[in-house]
Amino acid sequence: MKTGTQALSALFSDRTSLGCFALLTGVALVVPVLNVAVPESSPLHLSSYVVGLIGKYLCYAILAIAVDLIWGFCGILSLGHAVFFALGGYAMGMYLMRQIGTRGVYGHPVLPDFMVFLNWTELPWFWHGFDRFWFALAMVALVPAALAFVFGWLAFRARVTGVYFSIMTQALSYALLLAFFRNDMGFGGNNGFTDFKDLLGFDLQSDGTRSALLVATAATLAASYGACRLIVGSRAGRVIRSIRDAESRARFLGYHVESYKLWLFVFSAVLAGVAGALYVPQVGIINPSEFEPINSIEVVIWVSIGGRGTLYGAAAGAILVNYLKTYFTGALPELWLYALGAIFIGVTIFLPRGLAGLMRVKSRVE
Amino acid sequence: MTPLLPQTGVGRSTRSAWREMREAAARRKPSVLRGKVLYLDKLTVSFDRFKALDELTLYVDPGELLCIIGPNGAGKTTMMDVITGKTRPDEGSAWFGPDVNLLALSEPEIAQAGIGRKFQKPTVFELLSVFENLELALADDKSFWHMLVAGLTPVQRERIDEVLHVIGLGAERTAMAGALSHGQKQWLEIGMLLMQEPQLLLVDEPVAGMTPQETERTGELLLSLAGKHSLIVVEHDMGFVRSIAQRVTVLHEGRVLAEGDMDRVQNNPQVVEVYLGT
Repeated sequence: MKTGTQALSALFSDRTSLGCFALLTGVALVVPVLNVAVPESSPLHLSSYVVGLIGKYLCYAILAIAVDLIWGFCGILSLGHAVFFALGGYAMGMYLMRQIGTRGVYGHPVLPDFMVFLNWTELPWFWHGFDRFWFALAMVALVPAALAFVFGWLAFRARVTGVYFSIMTQALSYALLLAFFRNDMGFGGNNGFTDFKDLLGFDLQSDGTRSALLVATAATLAASYGACRLIVGSRAGRVIRSIRDAESRARFLGYHVESYKLWLFVFSAVLAGVAGALYVPQVGIINPSEFEPINSIEVVIWVSIGGRGTLYGAAAGAILVNYLKTYFTGALPELWLYALGAIFIGVTIFLPRGLAGLMRVKSRVE
Repeated sequence: MTPLLPQTGVGRSTRSAWREMREAAARRKPSVLRGKVLYLDKLTVSFDRFKALDELTLYVDPGELLCIIGPNGAGKTTMMDVITGKTRPDEGSAWFGPDVNLLALSEPEIAQAGIGRKFQKPTVFELLSVFENLELALADDKSFWHMLVAGLTPVQRERIDEVLHVIGLGAERTAMAGALSHGQKQWLEIGMLLMQEPQLLLVDEPVAGMTPQETERTGELLLSLAGKHSLIVVEHDMGFVRSIAQRVTVLHEGRVLAEGDMDRVQNNPQVVEVYLGT
């Protein structure tokens, strides 16, 4: 207990952590005010579209932190984290679909529209329970955790590491992509879920709900960051870094490397799932394209641009790259992929520690 | 002699009878084990056709410092690999104390049972501090969930400080291990071994690449450890071996070629032939 309090107080006395918490609190306070309280005629007004965008970026930041935790600190390069993100998103999507009720196109009280369209007469067994929010929340964590546990248990126990592990995670994304495209899987096929109405009785289209979702996302990001900091700052965190740097040496010191990797991987998958669950109500749609193997690779690019092994760098990288993506796909859509490639190459050559490396150099000069 | 076939249990399947025989065989340990820290019996390891170990038999007494010398490819590193569970032998048995069958344990289990290994190349965790390196090696509950919440007790802190003192790195406790000199890294690694509180230390070429002063300091360190721990030191540097050895074993082509004190070994004509290649 005593060590727990010590760790917490260390977390709040660390300047980087404090800075991150302060920034997120600022976003959570200012953005809703600018959206709801400032009149639309004012130049300071933020449109609901921008609020949604910021919320989306923060979800990506959580996902980036999840990837940085395992890649930056334990050397596990997962190219399949979009899978856990999408599974969390689907779990939340199933809850939102059940909330539509009779307001769907076909007006069926229980079955979502796509099931009526497919001439199904009853709800598949795995859809039961998703009408309750707490159950959906549990599944948001449990489904990614279970998949990560099974996949990680098999892979780590067989001592699959490095690029082989990365390839397997890509294969996993592709397999699930194909599976979720099928109509008879019961997840809406290639259309996925959309047309959500409300969450816990609050209208998803209203500015108030959108602001509340943004605040919830900022709080989750802060909590995820804090939890990851606590993990990497603990003695287990040192073991995790030792596994990254010299796995067999850690084994000879008596550590069960597989179990460390497994629990870290499972935790990271849960974070990704939670990020996906926050993402879906804010963007209003979830479909199999979220499983695209390229999405997982993009996350890794955000992390390396932001700075691997720093957590805050990963979050900053995710937000920055996605902001640029929004800008470019609006202004110069055909140039976006070239721009992303150029940024990635530039950062790799000139900033091998990512943008976070800049801060480190600066603080050393000071 | 205990009967090998189970006398009771008429009607049991042959398979379970065989299992009991197997277990009984596993319980029958060589009588030479009594009082030995390590006993290797007729270990054979082959890679393709090449026999890295050829019925190697070897023992270590409690508190003893055993030096192992031998030309390249004599099987020294393979022997260490078998003891620490990295390589499984084709034949033979390996016992740690009277009760621990090393061949049935995994690498972390062997480490936790009390065998520490120092590699030929210093492998410290370069991006962690000297203190953190020792902390990692500390004998403790090493499960993930324990490590996640555990801090260091005052006793454990003292133990780390004590080892820092023994290896002479007290002033470098917060330095990154990667910034240490070659000799200091070797000592840090020996310190990490000590943190595990092992009964048996396997030390692979501790003075390779060291300055004469560093070599001397390392010799003192190893000698001060003998008695409290048993040590196997593999080394090429004959002068160094002469200065620390109590008993020397010469390996050649996976077998023990000669054994005894340094003078006896050096005057053995077979050893001379192997080393000079005449």
